[in-house]
Amino acid sequence: MIAALEVTPAWYLILGALLFSIGAFGLLVRRNPLVMFMCVELMLNAVTLTFVTFSRTLQDTGGQSIVVFVLVVAAAEVVVGLAIIVALLRKRPHATADDIALLEG
Amino acid sequence: MIQVELVVFVIAGAACLAGALGVVLSENPVHAALSLVGTLFGVAVLFVAQEANFLAAVQVIVYAGAIVVLILFVLMLLGVDEMEDLTVEPLVGQRIAAAVVSLGILGLVFGAIASTGYEATGVVGEIDADVADINRLGESLFTDYLFAFEITAVLLVIAVVGAILLARRPVGDEIIDRGQDERAEVIAERMAAAEARAGGTDLDESADADDDEADDESATEEVSS
Repeated sequence: MIAALEVTPAWYLILGALLFSIGAFGLLVRRNPLVMFMCVELMLNAVTLTFVTFSRTLQDTGGQSIVVFVLVVAAAEVVVGLAIIVALLRKRPHATADDIALLEG
Repeated sequence: MIQVELVVFVIAGAACLAGALGVVLSENPVHAALSLVGTLFGVAVLFVAQEANFLAAVQVIVYAGAIVVLILFVLMLLGVDEMEDLTVEPLVGQRIAAAVVSLGILGLVFGAIASTGYEATGVVGEIDADVADINRLGESLFTDYLFAFEITAVLLVIAVVGAILLARRPVGDEIIDRGQDERAEVIAERMAAAEARAGGTDLDESADADDDEADDESATEEVSS
């Protein structure tokens, strides 16, 4: 029974879709800015998994190159985002996503 | 005979999904960060299963090694690892709307995958199986994507400068050292807030903000005097 099952690229794509939608749900629901950040990372990872799957399926290295760029953008995003969160939390210790307006001015 | 890839996929996929659910459902942000590590490792294993060995290594080094550690540093050094009560829904209908949106995304992607008959469409390239993936990746990055690759250098410089600008204290802003008493006050405040939330009563947000501002002012006064 199990031997008949073969892992096709579609399995990876569906796993990527599941990860992305879980991340999107978390991003919309959670209020702690750091947890929202982690949800963005989840979504980025789902996309990189999809890129690598297509890279193997289509026998094209371009997909893997894009993943390198996604990693760079994720690193830059985390650096700037955490700096914003640090600036926000310095103003107000229990800040949630609603308090971003405190940074105005 | 049980296929190796199937076993790897099931285990790594389960780790990914469990980690993702852990990120979304943990009340404690530190637990969420640790669950994120589970997802990142699962994705790294799936990269190896798909012959992207270099990317798997980079995934572990950059994500688990740098990004999650950075997030944990912020969590622990700023002491913002307070629990979030997930039983209270601050905006009525927010969760249902979020579930509809995320299920909609899922349905769209499922539809797209199913419409192609579960097979990738497009021009199938040719890669030399004898050449290691890191060699192919390097060649691709420094020929086809050279301009984009150089732009990422600019992006990283901008990110570093931006982070320093955002995180530094304004000139003349004195460093306030919170003494033991004040820290105890903050802890007591948090306990009271947690109790209030557990009791199902909503905190008055504006009153809370005023309190914080008042605290900050008194703290600066103390320092200047």
